[in-house]
Amino acid sequence: MTILAIYIAIFVGAFFVVKAITTRLAARHDYTSLKTVTFGDESAITPDRVASVVSVVAIFLIWGAFTGSVITPIHAPGPFIGDATFTYTAEAVDGQKDDATVSFKVFEFGSVVEKDEVELGDGFAKNDSETVAAWRSKLIRVDKNDELGRKEGAKIVAVDGQPIQPGSEVSVASGKVSMTEKGTLNYKPAQGWQMEPIWLPSPEAVFKRVMRLQKEGYQNSTLMEHLGWSLFRVIAGFVMGALVGIPLGYAMGLSSWFRGWFDPIVEFMRPVPPLALIPLVIIWAGIGEKGKLVLLFLAALWIMTIAARAGVSGVKISKIHAAFSLGASKRQIMWHVIVPNSLPEIFTGARVAMGVCWGTVVAAELVAAEKGAGMMIMVASKFQLTDIVITGIILIGIIGYGIDILMRMAEKWLIPWKGRG
Amino acid sequence: MSGLILDDISMRFDLPNGTSVQALKNVSLDIKQGELMSVLGPSGCGKTTLLNIVAGFLAPTEGKVILGGNTVTGPAQERGMVFQQGALFEWMNVRENVAFGPKMNGVAKAKMNETVDHLLDVVGLQDFKDKAIYELSGGMQQRVALARCLANDPEVILMDEPLGALDALTREKMQGLVLKLWKETGKTIILITHSVEEALLLGERLIVMAPRPGRIHKEYNLPFAEMGVGADLREVKKHKDYNQTREEILTMIWDMEEEIMGRTESAA
Repeated sequence: MTILAIYIAIFVGAFFVVKAITTRLAARHDYTSLKTVTFGDESAITPDRVASVVSVVAIFLIWGAFTGSVITPIHAPGPFIGDATFTYTAEAVDGQKDDATVSFKVFEFGSVVEKDEVELGDGFAKNDSETVAAWRSKLIRVDKNDELGRKEGAKIVAVDGQPIQPGSEVSVASGKVSMTEKGTLNYKPAQGWQMEPIWLPSPEAVFKRVMRLQKEGYQNSTLMEHLGWSLFRVIAGFVMGALVGIPLGYAMGLSSWFRGWFDPIVEFMRPVPPLALIPLVIIWAGIGEKGKLVLLFLAALWIMTIAARAGVSGVKISKIHAAFSLGASKRQIMWHVIVPNSLPEIFTGARVAMGVCWGTVVAAELVAAEKGAGMMIMVASKFQLTDIVITGIILIGIIGYGIDILMRMAEKWLIPWKGRG
Repeated sequence: MSGLILDDISMRFDLPNGTSVQALKNVSLDIKQGELMSVLGPSGCGKTTLLNIVAGFLAPTEGKVILGGNTVTGPAQERGMVFQQGALFEWMNVRENVAFGPKMNGVAKAKMNETVDHLLDVVGLQDFKDKAIYELSGGMQQRVALARCLANDPEVILMDEPLGALDALTREKMQGLVLKLWKETGKTIILITHSVEEALLLGERLIVMAPRPGRIHKEYNLPFAEMGVGADLREVKKHKDYNQTREEILTMIWDMEEEIMGRTESAA
């Protein structure tokens, strides 16, 4: 909730700041600046690249601020680390009371510390010493070394002067102390606002992990190998799907028999999500490479078939007529008119298919694989290696985005006439 | 080489609901070689069906089309066609579009290039030969369509409202171009239009068709096409006979349209 509020605050704040700066620096002098009506005019809305940069920066700032990262100057309050003390008051059966001090060493998770030796002090309640890791809590039998302890009927009645009974909790300077039903104290140092690395590691920890993953590898493969395998499967599956799907789509667009024969199959398979096929593919083809390729082939096949069919069906009859009356043969019309005319549709299909394949490969690797980005994050999650999981997710996202950008560039280069026929 | 003969053509479309539409009934025409004939009529009179039959895209239910002594059985390069718009190939540039016919027919490269260059000169697109189709204006696109059709040196050119989607000024220029091409190449041209002015200007012979069933209603032999070659078309339009014929045909078509629509609308 707090994080959401901060995020919204940055969004609103950045908007006004950037607006103020840009209007002061330079007024726009293009056609859009002359428009008096921009509300509802879609063409006047282009992504504000400053906003995009601020958006990405804001995510990293919040991420850094709540993980105690070095990349941000300001941090959310971290967990308490250091020496803490609180006193407790014990009451014996005869009503006499005595105070004693408990010293806690709160250390950073992963480091090793020794308990301090403390003087026992006077009175029947004796001083204690204990250690606890940040973000954790510790049960402590403070009366264990007391002259009059729990066995003798003594009870702890207050912590730092605040009355306490079984089941209740009091705040001390460095955290909270609660009492169990049996009368044992439980010390919980303040956790602050930051996230523990096992839940969310800091950006630099993730970056370091990327480097280590590449150098040392994880589960017998380096990071590049994991990602490379995933990418290889996607491309291989997509290429196979396209090689079968495009001719099939053409056949369906050109022949009534093919259209009739494959229509029920294609229309039935199209709404079945490829993920639903994973169990069957595993039963039939196993969890090895073959199964993955079959799955991705199926994922790409129907999309490419439908795209090619739509491409053929979408050719204007006047273009076909024109080609015939210019003396072209069927084969020439196929090659010089129908194929180029269907390319825009096929490319749209290819973009969709690549996206679906990328999602499917990760899911398939999550289920079972020896190598691959999905397998990497799945195994890492079982050992709570959150940094590897986050690394994997970020790289999967970047690669998926990259694939789409490449496809769009190829489209612009190969079929510049798209949408302008 | 003899002319184009339409021998008693009838066309009936059987609809799925059991009824049928008589699109054309007993249409006979004898078109001389080098004749420029325009076909006019209210919508639904079967003009386009007639053209599709001549082009070979449709087989008539009765009768036949004979060109140069041979019965037409399907589309062929001897009958070139110019469509309204959108029939150019966007994936080819202007030059490649014009060269499409010769290339498909295996014409030698040198001869093909010569033909294409000449035609681009004729239609005034020499400077645009490497442009993509979508970079051209509507008028330029139709020039490409004309050149593409001529590149095959067809005996008959069929035009299906080729200037219908152009603005008035471009249209007038293009009408001049069509007349020029007709005179220079001596091709037989059949032009379908729904503009009375265009039919008058671009028709040595003008056929007015009537609907339900589609048939030839009236035929004119006109001097305006000949007058318009190389001349200002606006001057031709000032001719006394031009206006008179125009009025006559307009009234004729108007009456036909009203017959279709019923008289309610004109009364209102």
